[in-house]
Amino acid sequence: MTTLLLIEQVLNGLQSGIMLFLMAAGLTLIFGVMGLINLAHGSLYMVGAFAAAAVAGATGSFTLALMASLAAAAAAGAIVEVTVIRRLYDRDHLDQVLATFALILIFSEGTRWLFGSFPLYLDVPAAFAGPVMLPGGIQYPAYRLLIIAVGLAVAVGLFLLIARTRIGIQIRAGESDREMIAALGVDISRLYTIVFALGAALAGLAGALVGAIQSVQVGMGEPVLILAFVVIVIGGIGSIKGALVGAILVGLTDTLGGVLLPLAFGLFLDPSTASAIGSALASMAIYILMAIVLIYRPTGLYGAPV
Amino acid sequence: MRVKNLVMMAACAAALGTAAMADGHGGAVKVGMITTLSGGGAGLGIDVRDGFLLATKDSDMIQTVIVDDQRKPDIAVQLADKLIQSEKVDVLTGIIWSNLAMAVVPSAVAQGKFYLSPNAGPSALAGRGCNPNYFNVSWQNDAFAEAAGAYMSDAGVEKVFLMAPNYPAGQDSMAGFKRFFKGEVSAEVYTALGQTDYAAEIAQIRASDADQVYFFLPGGMGISFMKQYAGSGVDKPVAGPAFSFDQGILGAIGEAALGVKNTAHWSKDLDVPGNAEFVTAFQAEYGRLPSIYAAQGYDTGLLLMSAAAKADVADADAFRAALKEADFQSVRGDFTFADNNHPIQNIYVREVVKEGDVVTNKLIGTAISNHTDAYGVDCKM
Repeated sequence: MTTLLLIEQVLNGLQSGIMLFLMAAGLTLIFGVMGLINLAHGSLYMVGAFAAAAVAGATGSFTLALMASLAAAAAAGAIVEVTVIRRLYDRDHLDQVLATFALILIFSEGTRWLFGSFPLYLDVPAAFAGPVMLPGGIQYPAYRLLIIAVGLAVAVGLFLLIARTRIGIQIRAGESDREMIAALGVDISRLYTIVFALGAALAGLAGALVGAIQSVQVGMGEPVLILAFVVIVIGGIGSIKGALVGAILVGLTDTLGGVLLPLAFGLFLDPSTASAIGSALASMAIYILMAIVLIYRPTGLYGAPV
Repeated sequence: MRVKNLVMMAACAAALGTAAMADGHGGAVKVGMITTLSGGGAGLGIDVRDGFLLATKDSDMIQTVIVDDQRKPDIAVQLADKLIQSEKVDVLTGIIWSNLAMAVVPSAVAQGKFYLSPNAGPSALAGRGCNPNYFNVSWQNDAFAEAAGAYMSDAGVEKVFLMAPNYPAGQDSMAGFKRFFKGEVSAEVYTALGQTDYAAEIAQIRASDADQVYFFLPGGMGISFMKQYAGSGVDKPVAGPAFSFDQGILGAIGEAALGVKNTAHWSKDLDVPGNAEFVTAFQAEYGRLPSIYAAQGYDTGLLLMSAAAKADVADADAFRAALKEADFQSVRGDFTFADNNHPIQNIYVREVVKEGDVVTNKLIGTAISNHTDAYGVDCKM
């Protein structure tokens, strides 16, 4: 393998990590602040993608489509929080899993009912359609660079929001002691709705961004959800910084594992066996990574010690 | 709503059918259709169902009960038991996925029911596990890949890059391709099942010395790959089986698929008697272009009606013989059953083109004539 190809694969890993971060950030916020396991986070991702595809189809504008994905996912998140999730904070995790699993089914069948069973069309905007030449002669799709840029911007924005704003202070306070900040006069249920809608909007944005280069279809959120859970466990539950680092680690491990392991086995096995064994091992790589992290840091890389 | 109404109608028809059965069988055939109508992949089941209903809608010989397997083997098995025991169906059909077929078919045919496969042809059921009551009206799983291998050899492709998900159907299709491809395999990559990001594989394709790419990525995987490939600037030609370039999928890939060659046993512009009428009737009935799945469902309906017209399903031997004759005008043209009850048919090459605003397939040639599967030799029946 040439150095250029390796650099390109590292970029690919970074990009897939950034996409995961957008999912994981919302999930970790909700889990960390409200102590809620939200299996329906993947459905909000799907809502974002479908809203974007519908608006892009009607108006032809990708910018409007992205805004629609944010708005639709945030609105869906707020409605779900007020009607369902709010009743679950005091229940144990099993009830939360059950209720949010039901939400997945409702969202999936609802989307199918509205949009039909066939995948929708959503394409990258014309300005970012082709590849660009990076220094060193690497051809890289412009749209993937855009995803990296948007993801990093969201990371910075979230960091500033949590560290520098009043609402950020309330979120952090809610994370450590929800009774106390309620006693101090913060409207905790309004805060929870905001956090949930924010997390949902991030998932929706991820869905729309990713939908343009993947397939917009019912059930698209669930595979990403599993990876996002791995990310927040590695990063430490509730930590945005952990989500970013964890997501990039998972993205790199997944991509480079898939490329390098079959090559490594190819050194002493015939190509087709090497490819089969290598890809089987590669699909386990992120879980092995998670296990190793948990052995040394049981609360994740940036998780608060228990 | 439409789907619900149809299922309701089918359920009502089923209730009527049960009433009719009380006073003797009357020659009617009761069909249980187990197919995927909800969740991911529902588009395929809906097309098979719609094609089948279109073929049988004017027939009073066929009564159909339609149930949704949700793409889950355990549910498919429960539904099959229910259809056989309480609905007392004579014929089962409808299953889309090989793993569901493997869960349902062997036990259904062992109970003396007929099974007509409108999609999916796992090698086990074509070879050692073949059964006189199991008829495959679609294809053996390797067929499209074998045809693609033959076509690419004929087209003078020397080095090919192969890619498929790491699961049995993926490995089978790569094996099928290599069975007929005479050139050199420059790389063979197995991806995770359900993978949605192909950046790493596309980088490998760019770096490889292959002239062309052949991939088997059904459903959403193919959509993702094609969109990402189009944006990557890699210009090696791509070919795949029709599963990744069928009508339901092309709408989602859009222009990124233009120019891609794909292999199938049917195309909407195939010039055989009855095909144009089928395409027109399907469009008039459902407001969309038919897919290969719709064509398979339609042919399954026609086959069943041809057998029901010749023999009473109560006489299993006569009915089986009538099915085996395949005395119907398939929308694929010539269609006969090989000794293992799998089709002998032509596999064609189609190219993705744009007709007006619609991205669709155009027939460009024949990949293999009178193709039959490689597993029939193991079938003893």
